[in-house]
Amino acid sequence: MLADKDRIFTNLYGFQSPDLKAAQQRGDWDKTADLMKIGQDEIIEVVKASGLRGRGGAGFPTGMKWSFMPKAPTPGRPNFLVINADESEPGSCKDREILRHDPHKLVEGALIAGFAMRARAGYIYVRGEFIVETEALRKAVAEAYEAGLLGKNAAGSGYDFDLFVHRGAGAYICGEETAMLESLEGKPGKPRLKPPFPAGAGLYGCPTTVNNVESIAVVPTILRRGAAWFKSFGRENNSGTKLFQISGHVNKPTVVEEAMSISFRELIDTHAGGIRGGWDNLLAVIPGGSSVPLVPAAQIMDAPMDFDGLKELGSGLGTAAVIVMDKSTDIVRAISRISYFYKHESCGQCTPCREGTGWMWRVMERLREGEGDVGMIDRLYDVTKQVEGHTICALGDAAAWPIQGLIRHFRPELERRIAERHGMQEAAE
Amino acid sequence: MPKVTVDGVEIEVPQGATVLQACELAGKEIPRFCYHERLSIAGNCRMCLVEVAPGPPKPQASCALPAADGQTIKTDTPMVKKAREGVMEFLLINHPLDCPICDQGGECDLQDQAMAYGRGHSRFDENKRAVDDKYFGPIVKTAMTRCIQCTRCVRFAEEVAGTPTIGMLFRGEDEQITTYLEGAFNSELSGNLVDLCPVGALLSRPYSFEARPWELKKVPGIDVMDAVGTNIRMDVRGRQVMRILPRINDAVNEEWAHDKTRHHVDALVRGRLDRPWVREKGKLREAGWGEALDVFARQFKKAGNKVAAIAGDLLDAETMFAAKALLAGAGSTLIEGRQTGLDYDVSSLGAVRFNTPLADLENADLIMLVGTNPRWEAPLVNTRLRKAVRRGAKVFAIGPEVDLTYKVEWLGQDLSLLGKLPQVVADAIKSASKPVVIVGPGALGGGALGAALAASGDFIKDGWNGFNVLHTAASRMASLLLGYAQKGGIADIEEAKPELVILLGADEVPAANFSSAFKVYIGHHGDNGAAQADLVLPGAAYAEKHGTYVNIEGRVQRSERATFAPGEAREDWTILRALSDLIGKPLPFDRFDQLRAAMIAEVPVLGIDGIINMPWAPPKLKADASGPVSYPIKDFYLTNAICRASPTMHRCSEELVQGREYLEAAE
Repeated sequence: MLADKDRIFTNLYGFQSPDLKAAQQRGDWDKTADLMKIGQDEIIEVVKASGLRGRGGAGFPTGMKWSFMPKAPTPGRPNFLVINADESEPGSCKDREILRHDPHKLVEGALIAGFAMRARAGYIYVRGEFIVETEALRKAVAEAYEAGLLGKNAAGSGYDFDLFVHRGAGAYICGEETAMLESLEGKPGKPRLKPPFPAGAGLYGCPTTVNNVESIAVVPTILRRGAAWFKSFGRENNSGTKLFQISGHVNKPTVVEEAMSISFRELIDTHAGGIRGGWDNLLAVIPGGSSVPLVPAAQIMDAPMDFDGLKELGSGLGTAAVIVMDKSTDIVRAISRISYFYKHESCGQCTPCREGTGWMWRVMERLREGEGDVGMIDRLYDVTKQVEGHTICALGDAAAWPIQGLIRHFRPELERRIAERHGMQEAAE
Repeated sequence: MPKVTVDGVEIEVPQGATVLQACELAGKEIPRFCYHERLSIAGNCRMCLVEVAPGPPKPQASCALPAADGQTIKTDTPMVKKAREGVMEFLLINHPLDCPICDQGGECDLQDQAMAYGRGHSRFDENKRAVDDKYFGPIVKTAMTRCIQCTRCVRFAEEVAGTPTIGMLFRGEDEQITTYLEGAFNSELSGNLVDLCPVGALLSRPYSFEARPWELKKVPGIDVMDAVGTNIRMDVRGRQVMRILPRINDAVNEEWAHDKTRHHVDALVRGRLDRPWVREKGKLREAGWGEALDVFARQFKKAGNKVAAIAGDLLDAETMFAAKALLAGAGSTLIEGRQTGLDYDVSSLGAVRFNTPLADLENADLIMLVGTNPRWEAPLVNTRLRKAVRRGAKVFAIGPEVDLTYKVEWLGQDLSLLGKLPQVVADAIKSASKPVVIVGPGALGGGALGAALAASGDFIKDGWNGFNVLHTAASRMASLLLGYAQKGGIADIEEAKPELVILLGADEVPAANFSSAFKVYIGHHGDNGAAQADLVLPGAAYAEKHGTYVNIEGRVQRSERATFAPGEAREDWTILRALSDLIGKPLPFDRFDQLRAAMIAEVPVLGIDGIINMPWAPPKLKADASGPVSYPIKDFYLTNAICRASPTMHRCSEELVQGREYLEAAE
């Protein structure tokens, strides 16, 4: 279990005030200018050395991402930092805790990250449904401006940095980085074609880096306590602490900061009060938010919760939104509901996702009832393969993977339903 | 230049080419729906997927991927085949199976590519999606259930037409293309949407259920609705031109045509003069050719050399040449084409033509419009100007403010501004590297040619002539080459008090000014000219005769006969030839090719292909123009006798110009 002294988010549960004074008492904004004094490239080196991987789901090394930004931006084409607070992944609920309880961690991180990547300004794109969270964040930004921590000569560092808070309108796809840039520019949130990547041409055509809230919020602490400290948690390549969001059929659902690579069993037993009805009652787990394939109970129980460990199980850490399902779950219905979500949230720009998500959901609904024949399962699998990898952004993949996971691990259940319904029909005739 | 390997063949491609273009250069066909050469890249249909190494281990959209040195592109692997089949299946699952009743059938990209790249059977057991049809205006009919959301129409409206009122509503599988508040798509270029749409979602409303593409004979022609010389293809079934489409010519019209070009076609079978008419006691009565020609010959002999010919706006060079030869035989040179009384100096034709090649217009960095509304006078010049503006050109204009679809700095309405441009404008012109001035018919009417020429020095640089005169009549440049220009314009003709006036399709000239003359109208539509004539002889419209046309640039182009004139109507030159027999001075040509040869013998430049070389030698003219300028075209859709006979053009005029509201009859 992670010791309390090693926690980065010390006000995760909102037991203390989120305002500037309380945040300073917790150690935020402490000699920020000194942290920045080591130099821009050095900050990037520290982040690289810490092994921090993006907390938004893909797990791309954060320091490397920052190093793609131009080292000498021109005044007509400044660098921008965009912070992705459009937390909409079903199961995911970590960023909102940071936004409403510990926003100064994020604001300070934004300044340091913005400084390191030579950004003129940062934009925080907050999910449309986050009303209280936006208010808290706006208050924190206003406090920081008032205290001279942002704006001209931010925090006395000699660096000018502005931070803007933008609330989205509630589209899941705006969490995709290029769709987010489109949305920030005032256009419909539809992902852009890549290349060019945002580091080359992003917001308003300027070099841009898009980072998750958690990735940015942990940076000041990494700088204060050193890369080695951060790296000491977790396995090689999966270092650091991470906010796990445990929901579903556990006794005490919670959001908790834990060391990476903690085993699933320890995570649940220590923080979530165990599985409802005991470990024998566990059916399956979606370990990283709705877009990763589920993992059946036997495989997940003692698996390490990190990027590489879950990848080996054919799933992924994603945002570490752990959705636990016990044996009372209608697993087909659960996945079908996720399919409906992706059908609903597809932006419709490119063909496979626009047409495929609806098709997949409709077939899932049939399978839920046991309609059709066994061949339908194979056709569905084929359709998911036709969507996966053929789309502009990753939403197509995200819609396909849960279904692929279901078919991989629960095909007998699907076949049972079809056979049962078939039998009932024959009996009725 | 990057070297890439396409299916094992190494080729060099131009810098900046995409993988799709590289594949095409290598002779590989890449299926596509959303990609279009003249629009921005959307990359959303996913049909053009190919395998590219180095790159991620999944197929890539070739339309949006830049070709880079050392790439290996594969277009025929199982992965690519499967990806195409998959995308095709997705496009078809919600596409209705109504090809037998769809007007796009036979020329449908989706149909063709489904044959070539589809799987041939369906695995989709669900209900298909239906989408409400949207109102797009009088030209475009919609069947939105067929839409595949390629967004070509959205991009065309925004990028080429400059009327960005088409967009996408909703998201995911509920996406719908619509116009803003379902109003008519108010653009003079809306017909191009029909060509761009790769499926049968946007269709031609006037052409609905008229013909199938495989029934049509395709005849190349030249458009006469304005002076740009748009290259067209006339699709003929039996004796009727069913529709008109643009031909691709990058030097003239790219692949666009405006709505007047496309949709005046219903007038080719309406309001036609199909037999001769003779005026008797103030009323026109039907007559036979024998009688009509006798009357004509009698009047012609009586008039002696007091005979004049006025050429209409839609006339081909051959007809004008035949009339000129006829009058020359009688000793008359009273010929004129500028019907509305323009009298600009034509001593140097280089000073009254469009000197900048149309394709070069888009490279201009400063544009000065003088008394011209190019959006109505030459919509395809306007699209070029819009392109230039999108590339950063600045536009200044003298004239009443109108919406030209791009940002214009209006300097005022008075022509005297030409002589005293504001300092900033003058400086901007001086510092521009490719400045362009366009002198429109409004300025010519205001007598501002001299003033414009006086100011033309700044627009002429090394290898760049930016002085342009914009005419609106398709016959204009040819008529000037043939000498259809009196010094004082039409007023000189009036002064000469001719006893016989031959109106060659001339409908805009106020014929009442020739009250003492016997007026013979030779033309194709019963319009102003015929109504005022004493003798009406039915001629052929442009689609019914071979002809040579010279566009504003001085580009000589030839149009072919698509069909025959209706009833007893004859090709115009044959009427003049028959008359010449009756008056005993037969013209020296019996066949059309002899006529064309005689014309070329007299005016050799009419025999070339391409732009006539006209040396730049501007005459010194009075440079003191003043007074407010106005645009002569008051209604884009009703500018000539053919348009005025067209129900479609009237409907467009009422809805798009006069603003009358139409409701869908069915709703």
